[in-house]
Amino acid sequence: MLAAKSISASELMQAFVARTTAVEGRVHAFNSRDEVGALGLAAASDARRAAGQARGPLDGIPIGFKDVIAVEGQPLTASSKMLANFISPYDATVTTKLKAAGAIPWGRLNLDEFAMGSSTENSAFGATANPWDLTRVPGGSSGGSAAAVAAGEMPGALGSDTGGSIRQPAAFCGLVGLKPTYGLVSRYGLAAFASSLDQIGTLTRTVGDAAQLLQVVAGHDSRDSTSLSTVIPDYSAALQKKSRPWRIGVPKEFFGLGLDAEIGAAVQQALAFYRSAGAEITEVSLPLTAEYAIAVYYLIATAEASSNLARYDGIRYGHRTHSATDAISIYAQSRAEGFGEEVKRRIILGTHVLSSGYYDAYYLRAQKVRTLIRGEFMRVFQDCDVLLSPTTPTAAFKLGEKSSDPLAMYLNDIYTIGVNLAGLPGISLPCGFTAGGLPIGLQIIGQPFGEAEMLTIAHTYEQGHSWHTKYPNL
Amino acid sequence: MNYEAVIGLEVHVQLKTASKMFTRVAAGYGAPPNTLTDPVVLALPGALPVLNKEALDKIIKAGLMLGCTIAPVCKWDRKNYFYPDSPKNYQISQYDQPICLAGSVEIELPGEARNIMGEHKQIPLTRIHLEEDVGKLTHEVHDSLVDYNRAGTPLMEIVSEPAMHSAEEAFAFLTSLRMTMVQGGISDCDMEKGQLRCDANISIRPIGQTKLGVKVELKNLNSISYVRDGIALEIRRQTAVLTGGGSIVQETRQYDGEAGTSVAMRSKEMAHDYRYFPDPDLLPVQVDAAWRATIQATIPELPYARQRRFITQYQLPYTITAVLVPERALADFFEEVAQLCGHPQAVANWLVNDLRRELAAGGIALAVSKLRPAHLAALVNLVEQGEISMTAAKEVFNDMFQTGEAPAVIVMRKNLKQSTDSGALEQWVQAAIVANPKAVAEFLAGKEQAINAVKGAVMKASQGKANPRLVDELVRRQLLAGKS
Repeated sequence: MLAAKSISASELMQAFVARTTAVEGRVHAFNSRDEVGALGLAAASDARRAAGQARGPLDGIPIGFKDVIAVEGQPLTASSKMLANFISPYDATVTTKLKAAGAIPWGRLNLDEFAMGSSTENSAFGATANPWDLTRVPGGSSGGSAAAVAAGEMPGALGSDTGGSIRQPAAFCGLVGLKPTYGLVSRYGLAAFASSLDQIGTLTRTVGDAAQLLQVVAGHDSRDSTSLSTVIPDYSAALQKKSRPWRIGVPKEFFGLGLDAEIGAAVQQALAFYRSAGAEITEVSLPLTAEYAIAVYYLIATAEASSNLARYDGIRYGHRTHSATDAISIYAQSRAEGFGEEVKRRIILGTHVLSSGYYDAYYLRAQKVRTLIRGEFMRVFQDCDVLLSPTTPTAAFKLGEKSSDPLAMYLNDIYTIGVNLAGLPGISLPCGFTAGGLPIGLQIIGQPFGEAEMLTIAHTYEQGHSWHTKYPNL
Repeated sequence: MNYEAVIGLEVHVQLKTASKMFTRVAAGYGAPPNTLTDPVVLALPGALPVLNKEALDKIIKAGLMLGCTIAPVCKWDRKNYFYPDSPKNYQISQYDQPICLAGSVEIELPGEARNIMGEHKQIPLTRIHLEEDVGKLTHEVHDSLVDYNRAGTPLMEIVSEPAMHSAEEAFAFLTSLRMTMVQGGISDCDMEKGQLRCDANISIRPIGQTKLGVKVELKNLNSISYVRDGIALEIRRQTAVLTGGGSIVQETRQYDGEAGTSVAMRSKEMAHDYRYFPDPDLLPVQVDAAWRATIQATIPELPYARQRRFITQYQLPYTITAVLVPERALADFFEEVAQLCGHPQAVANWLVNDLRRELAAGGIALAVSKLRPAHLAALVNLVEQGEISMTAAKEVFNDMFQTGEAPAVIVMRKNLKQSTDSGALEQWVQAAIVANPKAVAEFLAGKEQAINAVKGAVMKASQGKANPRLVDELVRRQLLAGKS
């Protein structure tokens, strides 16, 4: 519509500002937003387009940022009291790329503090509600990003996914959530939770939108040593190709105990769709993943987090206690006051995991099992192009339902966590609704750097269904 | 009972790189506080480290110079501890797989006299690893200030085996290590700027015992003479404790060089648990044979090997080589001039005496002086060929040090060429013999040095331009001719 000049970027931005003003009081997806700045960038986009210098399909499109991704001059709070007053003096690499493509950074979106959680209730600035049912969680940790897109406050947002933090909220909010292969998208400027698992990805209404956003943010970055040099295909063009009859693997362990019957049925219907589309469906087994992924994840993620979050000490920036008397008490009290319960729980766990005498038993062994889990996925991929499963065992749960039970909360990531441990790409897309009207997510897991094929397979499903055209009543 | 000291050193050497170890900000000393920083140095949310290849090149070079085994894979670990000078509250370091293993430092102990080479020994190394430096804290009355300019500078930690037995050996170790690192272009090793820092682990044991005694770590040895004095003090302290029937406590002590004392800082019980684990932000780096070979090709001759070669190849006295070799630029200059003119001893004398004096007087480095190797070679040749006198040569040297002009030009400009016109010379000799009958008589009577009065008169007549060798020859010939 922008290209056809049937609407201007300024009109589009004004519409999203108005929509946000109307619904944000109920959803609370944003931590902060700069309307004046966004409208200014929209005007600049219109000027470019008028001069015939539009920068491509994203020019003039508002994109939200999970509040852990740096945008120069904007707050970066990680939904923590620790960073409540922190303004980032620099752009993340994904921000630089999106700005260069003409996209408009639109708002800082709520999350579980430092991306630790699955409900966006662990936020120092209050919980975000699920637009489909305001008494329920939007998922997490990228819950603000998911809720904002689902509520129509923006067409797309960036999130980060460490154990399912994009795919699970996408499932809960009826969106497409894409977690790329580890190393495809630069982490430079993403406040780290667990460095070896974190990956920036997208939350959008459609697979096509995900492909366009990924196109812009993917690629090697000399500022991130773990970003890999790989040829970036044309993801949007790939959506139109049907390469061959796909071989779809279905991990039997992902359909076991704890899976909600409605979700199981919806995923079976998706399988039936693919079978009728000519795909070869085979049952596969991921026993190690099913048995150990959550344990391994919580050892590795907390260990890395305990070290990554050490920098938040009140010395150079961030919350500093007013009652400290020496350096040690600046640390202890600033961190005691600045971090929330879940963050403290994980720092303590991770510190213990790395302690002298426990390192071999916990961290080192967890890394070995992680290698085995990756090997297990890679063996399965010898006979499959992608794997297909539910994204979550249940639909969105009630606000407060699991917030006092960390273990129940951790189990919500059971189908998504293995993907992060193995560094694989994964996508969640809507595949139906529960009887209660809550969205259900279908997860497709791709091979390393197999985003194009994974997106194509997801797109094929989306073309055959209309779930993505449904909007919540707000 | 007699005790033997056992000393191991941990030496930190800042690598001389253009930028910091994990970011592109410049590394340097003396900039206004907190100006050499960026999101990575300050550990802002989202900042990530990227390895500076130059730092790895330099430590590999250091390792190859010291005969270390270079690990095929270079991996990074996080050393976790909270301290305000450490922006991330972890230091990126190398824990269980250092880049360099084993190797040794050749040391020279003091000789019997200044002009006699002392004993040489190889002190074995345990390992060398690479890590990042921390910031600098300044404690005021009510506040502490921190400057992160130094934070993130590549820092090499060199750990010796406990293989030294005296403060002199430790001093010699550090002297040799510094000389080697400076000559390899690896570091400037300026201890005042903190580019080289040394901690010592010291224990003593009864002579003959193989089991090591309880060790004490001595810190704050921030000059090379403090290293010697601090270790000597600690050996005396431990000896006094044991002799007095006491026992040594394993602890870290802080040396106070000005007061010549040390105080206990912390005991073993307060040791940190650093919770080392592999840094997930950095990938291991493969160092293959081709990479090693590329660096090997840049390695200069080691100082002590060069000194031995100078003694044999150029027949230089030990004392001269002991001045030339520690300064690579001077030694390089020497070799270049010696190759050009072929009078190595004369060249060495010019450099060790005249050039060093002029450089010191002018307060300038050889690299920026106007003296060109070819010019010094030409000057040496002029003297050797009798074209100018030594007195004139000194004048030419000072002139070319100031002006950078070729000696031939200066000789011409100042009219310093020795006269070789034998017609005029014969006349001056005749006149001098006539004018000094007493000296002539004494010489003919056998008093050799009486000839100097005659020669002096000739030189004076020639206004110093006569070639002394020719004058000597002519005077003798005429005197002896008159005699017969």
